[in-house]
Amino acid sequence: MEALFHPSTFSGYVYPNETVVPWTVLIVVYPYLTGLVAGAFTISSLYQVFGFKQLRPVSHFALLISLSCMVTVPVPLLLHLGHPERAFNAMITPHVTSAFAVFGYAAGFYVLLLILETWFVFRPQIVQQARRPGLLRWFYRILSLGSDDTSEKAMSYDRKWLFALAVIGIPGAHGLHGYVGFVFGSLKSREWWSSDLMPVIFLLSAIISGTALVIVLYVLTCKFRKIAVDVSCLKVMAYALWGFMMFTLVIEGVEFLSLVYRGREGIEVIMEFVKGPLVIPFFILQFGIGSLLPLAVITFLIWRGTSGTALIAGITGSAILVLLAVFMMRYNVVIGGQEISKTGKGLIDYVPPLFGREGLLAAGMVLAVPMILLTILVRLFPPWEEAYA
Amino acid sequence: MNESEKRDTRREFLSCLGSAVACSAAAVTAGAVSSTAIGATQVAGAADKPEIPGYDWSKHRWAFGVDAERCIGCLRCVVACKLENDVSLDPHHFRTWVERYVTLQGEDNARIDSQADPINIAASDAEGEYRFSNRYKDANVEKAFFLPKLCNHCTHPACVQVCPTGATYKTDDGVVVIDHTYCIGCQYCVQACPYGARFFDERRNVSDKCTWCYHRITKGLRPACVEVCPTGARIFGDLNDKQSPISQFIQNNRVRVLRPETGNAPNVFYTGTDKDVI
Repeated sequence: MEALFHPSTFSGYVYPNETVVPWTVLIVVYPYLTGLVAGAFTISSLYQVFGFKQLRPVSHFALLISLSCMVTVPVPLLLHLGHPERAFNAMITPHVTSAFAVFGYAAGFYVLLLILETWFVFRPQIVQQARRPGLLRWFYRILSLGSDDTSEKAMSYDRKWLFALAVIGIPGAHGLHGYVGFVFGSLKSREWWSSDLMPVIFLLSAIISGTALVIVLYVLTCKFRKIAVDVSCLKVMAYALWGFMMFTLVIEGVEFLSLVYRGREGIEVIMEFVKGPLVIPFFILQFGIGSLLPLAVITFLIWRGTSGTALIAGITGSAILVLLAVFMMRYNVVIGGQEISKTGKGLIDYVPPLFGREGLLAAGMVLAVPMILLTILVRLFPPWEEAYA
Repeated sequence: MNESEKRDTRREFLSCLGSAVACSAAAVTAGAVSSTAIGATQVAGAADKPEIPGYDWSKHRWAFGVDAERCIGCLRCVVACKLENDVSLDPHHFRTWVERYVTLQGEDNARIDSQADPINIAASDAEGEYRFSNRYKDANVEKAFFLPKLCNHCTHPACVQVCPTGATYKTDDGVVVIDHTYCIGCQYCVQACPYGARFFDERRNVSDKCTWCYHRITKGLRPACVEVCPTGARIFGDLNDKQSPISQFIQNNRVRVLRPETGNAPNVFYTGTDKDVI
């Protein structure tokens, strides 16, 4: 039988109840997923709202990525809850002073918005498929909700809706993710989390992770479909990645600096943590390999005017590293924050278990869910230009 | 359900929980009994107006005192609490614990440990029996004292603020309690408590913490830890009663609370602490 709990070892003095870490790797996956949602939605909206024509090849695809990630967001949370069957208590009787109580409503609203936007985007295709012979026709017919008008007038009406939904969606997605930062930043019990910059850091890293995911998946699908990668589209995403990474690094740096500079109670233990257990996950993985290296690579590619396969490989490789960096950022915030004892006089050494409900394997499976959903969605609603041109 | 009905339901739940715990001869088995009682009261609570006989929570304002000068670190309070409240016996779940502060000669800061420290656990005879190992017997100790800790039942509890469902709430008589039938087990409250007073009960999949033995105090009894303390280091009473032990304790001593900077406004008052106390 699986052990009821996994106590961690510690050094220094920690409160006795702190030896069982409350939030595990599943709570790392949760902000990671919401971040991907916000980032992918940003890419999609840059085309829908702000008219970045170069992003046309990925705009619909990014929307599907956003949707697949968003419907998965509640999964790690539900898996983590002691009583998932009572999850709706937070919606039936929301406790207004709790940051968590908003989640059900915010996430529900956002899923609806994404579904609505996806429906409008793919409506012409749905109508087209509903007219074709075959069994699937019924599926599309139901999906069309009886609206089969694809005249220019109807399309222009749809475009208005799309624009409006994207305009609501941008603050929605970013609000949802900024709020996730607030969940951590608003807690006064943990010095590592308690920062006004936390929502901003979460938001900026969300945009870069989503952009990076769109880059990686776009290049991969081009390989699968055996078509050429649209380099100008890729370049715009790389520029966006570069720009937002700069912001993220600066804000993260400022946050860390002010934490150290303020040097409040417990800073000695925080410094011990930073110089010890945090070296590999933070300085090497998140900061070095995950942030500085891709930043340097993209800068180099732009500076040298690299083109062709080298450019595509360089940007894709950098994007993969960024995905790793943002995951590590979530890990270092969520797990790192709990490894520094509330006593300010001790450190907890949390080693995530491989198996079990809150193990690494379960977290990996949760992360695989949006990819499986995306594979299905892409088959049902091809987001590629040739399909909707 | 309006607010007062909700409170009544909770009051009855607590009352039943209390009786279940009090009536069971072996406290370890109380869990099973009290969970049955919880289920029964939840249904019954909707129909009847529940009340704790002879108890009106608007008439009391409970508070707790700790006189660290008197604590001898015998840990009877810790054991009594575990038995009375069916807390898991392992060294990772405590509603109350005792810290030991030892300053050695030539050192600026105290060395801190609690009964849950692995060395102290190794020195204990069996699971659920706690003692402080005599690890400083050959050291030059300059200053040393014990300090009992428990939930502070804050006036502005951070744990209640963050609870998404309202499962944890502050009663009118000043006690912070958890409705175990309504808690979703998100552990946000465990994170929010600056004192490490909350833990997750993996057997029931809900958060848990000290209730000042609400099932006892509403019947005119003292909390189990106060009851068993052989030196009177733990003081409990009603602030509304000026002659109560706690009112006297606060009047006659210069008391402090832990971490006032959090804004939580704790209701456990300490004397005999030191600069190292966290």
